[in-house]
Amino acid sequence: MAEHAIDRSKMKVSDEVAIQITNMNKWYGQFHVLRDVNMTVHKGERIVICGPSGSGKSTLIRCINRLEEHQAGQIVVDGTELTNDLKNIDKVRSEVGMVFQHFNLFPHLTILENCTLAPIWVRKIPKREAEETAMHFLSKVKIPDQAHKYPGQLSGGQQQRVAIARSLCMKPRIMLFDEPTSALDPEMIKEVLDTMISLAEEGMTMLCVTHEMGFAQAVANRVVFMDKGQIVEQNEPREFFNNPQSDRTKLFLSQILGH
Amino acid sequence: MTNFTPFVRSQMIDPREPPSGQQGLVRWARENLFSSPSNSLLTVLGALAILWLAMGIVPWLMHSVWNANSLAECKEIITQTWGEGATGACWAMVRARWHQYTYGFYPMDQYWRPNLAFVLMLVALAPVLFLSLPRKLMLFSLGFPFIAYWLLWGGTVWAPVVVALGFGVMALVFRLASPKLGVPVSAGIGLLAAVIWWLFVQAPLSSTLQGLIPLGLSEVDSDRFGGFLLSIVIGVTAISASLPMGILLALGRQSDMLLVKALSVGFIEFIRGVPLITLLFTASLLLQYFLPPQTNFDIILRVIILVTLFAAAYIAEVIRGGLAALPRGQYEAADALGLDYWQAQRLIIMPQALKISIPGIVSSFIGLFKDTTLVAFVGLMDPLKGITAVVRADINWKGIYWEPYIFAGTIFFLICFGMSRYSMWLERKLKTDHR
Repeated sequence: MAEHAIDRSKMKVSDEVAIQITNMNKWYGQFHVLRDVNMTVHKGERIVICGPSGSGKSTLIRCINRLEEHQAGQIVVDGTELTNDLKNIDKVRSEVGMVFQHFNLFPHLTILENCTLAPIWVRKIPKREAEETAMHFLSKVKIPDQAHKYPGQLSGGQQQRVAIARSLCMKPRIMLFDEPTSALDPEMIKEVLDTMISLAEEGMTMLCVTHEMGFAQAVANRVVFMDKGQIVEQNEPREFFNNPQSDRTKLFLSQILGH
Repeated sequence: MTNFTPFVRSQMIDPREPPSGQQGLVRWARENLFSSPSNSLLTVLGALAILWLAMGIVPWLMHSVWNANSLAECKEIITQTWGEGATGACWAMVRARWHQYTYGFYPMDQYWRPNLAFVLMLVALAPVLFLSLPRKLMLFSLGFPFIAYWLLWGGTVWAPVVVALGFGVMALVFRLASPKLGVPVSAGIGLLAAVIWWLFVQAPLSSTLQGLIPLGLSEVDSDRFGGFLLSIVIGVTAISASLPMGILLALGRQSDMLLVKALSVGFIEFIRGVPLITLLFTASLLLQYFLPPQTNFDIILRVIILVTLFAAAYIAEVIRGGLAALPRGQYEAADALGLDYWQAQRLIIMPQALKISIPGIVSSFIGLFKDTTLVAFVGLMDPLKGITAVVRADINWKGIYWEPYIFAGTIFFLICFGMSRYSMWLERKLKTDHR
């Protein structure tokens, strides 16, 4: 993983609840994707969600910022319940950052404009100030020199780091990562993971769908394993990897770690 | 036993120039024109066809006459110069009648008004067409329609001013209401307020102002408009109005709101299912039955409205294609950043969808501009049929056939070709994806 030793001094989990999911269910038509999901995320937690494809892990984190709608149960993010109320949805979305598998940068805007757009239009921050913030976060993800290029001119790893910076510019309290490294070449995965690790070191609350088990072991305080739309097992990483309880988890781990 | 030699590279290879290709005209011709016997045959036949056409056209153009007072005089000059049986173009007609092709029957002593309006139009279009110009110039572009209306039709200056104030009322109501009621509802209320303004405040206010400060130009009736003046007035107005309307229709068609969606789909399919000429006849005849008597609803205005509706339906479908080409991730990223629907559309979705749709949109615009000649069917003097018929009704030019069509066609070609080149330039300029 990271070359430097991971600084755990700021990685403190507080008692404050960041996300509360209670008996949440979701269907796609007749297909029951998420079944009675219960989960409490505390401020400062770094949670890795893993599981076979189609297990509902992406859908779960997409429900947290309402990119997907749940049909039963309750999701409360930072004290705001997600309902059909558009005001609440926009409030939650501006507090929760999201990083996608395919980056989803805006190709018609420069890197800098990608980063300042939401702060200017949603947070109503003056342009000058938004640009300063953007440059700060672009330096943090180590690509300030690309600020005036377009996304199409950057490598995949750089694009994903811009996507992370773009989310950070909104000063989110929670970050969601939906398979952030799955579309990247092996050489670029590391630069993205390093960025995520440094974010964790600063105490960001993170939910991350990923198959990077090294990342889970290094950073996560909790690993959640999902299958068939339900949470099958969750534990702190050492126990989870060394001493999995359910047969399904054992099978999954043997398949992804066994080669 | 291995069948390969183990190998370790000790020095990396530096990049080199590619080999210079064998070029030259002969090679090109051999590859493109004479690559096989059948290709060679087609090349020869094609060349013969071009030669045959040129032999017909070139002498006709070479024998052109520019100075004459009638077709008969033209023919006489050609016979005298080139001998019995020679044919030639008689452009003298264009020289004699160019003003009708340009202005129709617009009063001659007022030609400065359309001329000035045309120059101002170029100024107003500049910031719209060239994004690098300062955005403040757009203020003039917004005011231009009112200035142009006043210049072209004349009358009191206060009428367009008060109409413009109606838009101001709409913007004010929208701005006050939108934080509380949301974009669609407050846009509706704003429109309602503006309509009330135009119906009830407009006429008394502008006549009062005219009484206080009389300021006006002599009035010119719509039936005196003609030629390219008419085509450009209808074409430019309809083009500018149909793009925003097409965007709204395309969004309406994708809306989750059932009523909005049904109205948009119904409108688009109805308009696309009916020939433009039907709509123009509706504009000129039927509307008069439905409107209250004595409403003086200008014929050019009616035609503009229907041509706009017609073009908007096509543009909506072109833009829908552009919207469909955008990956879902763009919508999701905009949502995830907390942008609301209208912000996402304006800042993320539309800039990309419109860019994809540029070729289709410009095709629609070119089609629209050429369709302005169809107003001949409702008695307006379009440059192609209307003015040409007038010219040929003159005993001096009776029997002239090719020249008027070639002349009008050339001007249409230049304008449409200009639009096409502009769109290609714009596409290149907006290209940021570096694929």
